[in-house]
Amino acid sequence: MSAKSLVEEMKRGLDAPICLTWELTYACNLQCVHCLSSSGQRDERELSTEEAKKILDDLRDLQVFYINIGGGEPMVRRDFFELLEYSVANGIGVKFSTNGAFIDEEKARRLAAMDYLDIQISLDGVDAATNDAVRGEGSYDMAIRAMENLKAANFGQFKISVVVTRHNVSQLDQFKALADHYGAQLRITRLRPAGRGADTWHELHPTNAQQREIYNWLLKHGENILTGDSFFHLNALGESLPGLNMCGAGRVVCLIDPIGDVYACPFVIHDEFKAGNVRDEGGFAKVWKQSDLFLSLREPQSAGACASCGAFDACQGGCMAAKFFTGLPLDGPDPECVGGDADEALSIISRGSEPKPSMDHSKPVTLTRTKLSVSTAS
Amino acid sequence: MTVALESVLEIHPQVAVRPETFGALAYHYGNRRLIFLKHPDVVTVVQSLNSYPDVQSTLSACGVAPERWPSFVAALSSLETSEVVRERQIAS
Repeated sequence: MSAKSLVEEMKRGLDAPICLTWELTYACNLQCVHCLSSSGQRDERELSTEEAKKILDDLRDLQVFYINIGGGEPMVRRDFFELLEYSVANGIGVKFSTNGAFIDEEKARRLAAMDYLDIQISLDGVDAATNDAVRGEGSYDMAIRAMENLKAANFGQFKISVVVTRHNVSQLDQFKALADHYGAQLRITRLRPAGRGADTWHELHPTNAQQREIYNWLLKHGENILTGDSFFHLNALGESLPGLNMCGAGRVVCLIDPIGDVYACPFVIHDEFKAGNVRDEGGFAKVWKQSDLFLSLREPQSAGACASCGAFDACQGGCMAAKFFTGLPLDGPDPECVGGDADEALSIISRGSEPKPSMDHSKPVTLTRTKLSVSTAS
Repeated sequence: MTVALESVLEIHPQVAVRPETFGALAYHYGNRRLIFLKHPDVVTVVQSLNSYPDVQSTLSACGVAPERWPSFVAALSSLETSEVVRERQIAS
């Protein structure tokens, strides 16, 4: 079977997700300006420990190999280690994303002693000024301390996870050097206009020239750099980047949010992309296999306005979430279309008229947003 | 190692195989790689390796016609490189 027909098979959906993201909590000690889940405060409807274990039982039965745990900051959950251990004991590997605040020396040793565990430390700048402008004051030091502790505990190869913005594209080589210094692997992902990111995307997303820079940099480094296959819209520039060149939403990936709602992917926390809830009868498996939304996403999708573009096979029209939250039609070009085909449509969408995330768990005081405007102006 | 008809192989103990319509997904918990097995017959062969003395007897038992054996040996070689299968350990 050729790679192309394999992708066609995947578009029709799999019996269970390959990779499932599970945000454990909306609570977070930080308030990043681009947070996909608008996290900050815990939701009182958050899944209990027992409910969480029931989900893990379901995922084991579906033979989900590993899960990506995130938040919010997942380590603020008191049962964090209990859930990690339960997952691994059931044959489900865990990769979790953290800002590192709670990885002290003792926790680092505890994490290092566990099998089938991967850690992603989020870092959006190689210096405090660049990072903290997006992730909040003190967050750079927090991440570096966690990396030091993991290194001292001989955790092995953790990951440094970078959201690429206009302000850190020029630091890609330095991020790579930093990862090498810690024996870590670098992962860079695309900034999405989701959650609070919808408010800051216009100011933070890479320029068209920078997108070429990202593409060339990724081509040069090949499979050594992880991307979660998130830059496939750049394939319109030429040779394909490594990875599955397709949108996996509802087909091979999905998101379970802290209150058990199941969304098509981590970047579309909006009612329109909600497939069901794990608390519904039949649980997660039924949502994955039978929800109307997921079944429709597995149908052939229309290329729409992109049908006449020669690059469509390469870029697939880009990211559904990026289009949705910038107010663009889903069957048209990505807002970051490298051919510039979305520029005109974007320019006539009045700011504020785009769909808004269905939930907002941000803390009441929006200090970080004020900080962003100050730091980018300086 | 080079896989041949007389090779004695097993599924790597750290690998889980999940059947899919196109074949199967294999996940290696050690190196955390996801591998696609792109044909149902390859999946059957991989899952039968532990039950037979060597590659050739596995292929025969799975009903794979001899003219297809070279392509299966090639597929198993590539799976050996990605550590989905390995030389059978005597202890197991």
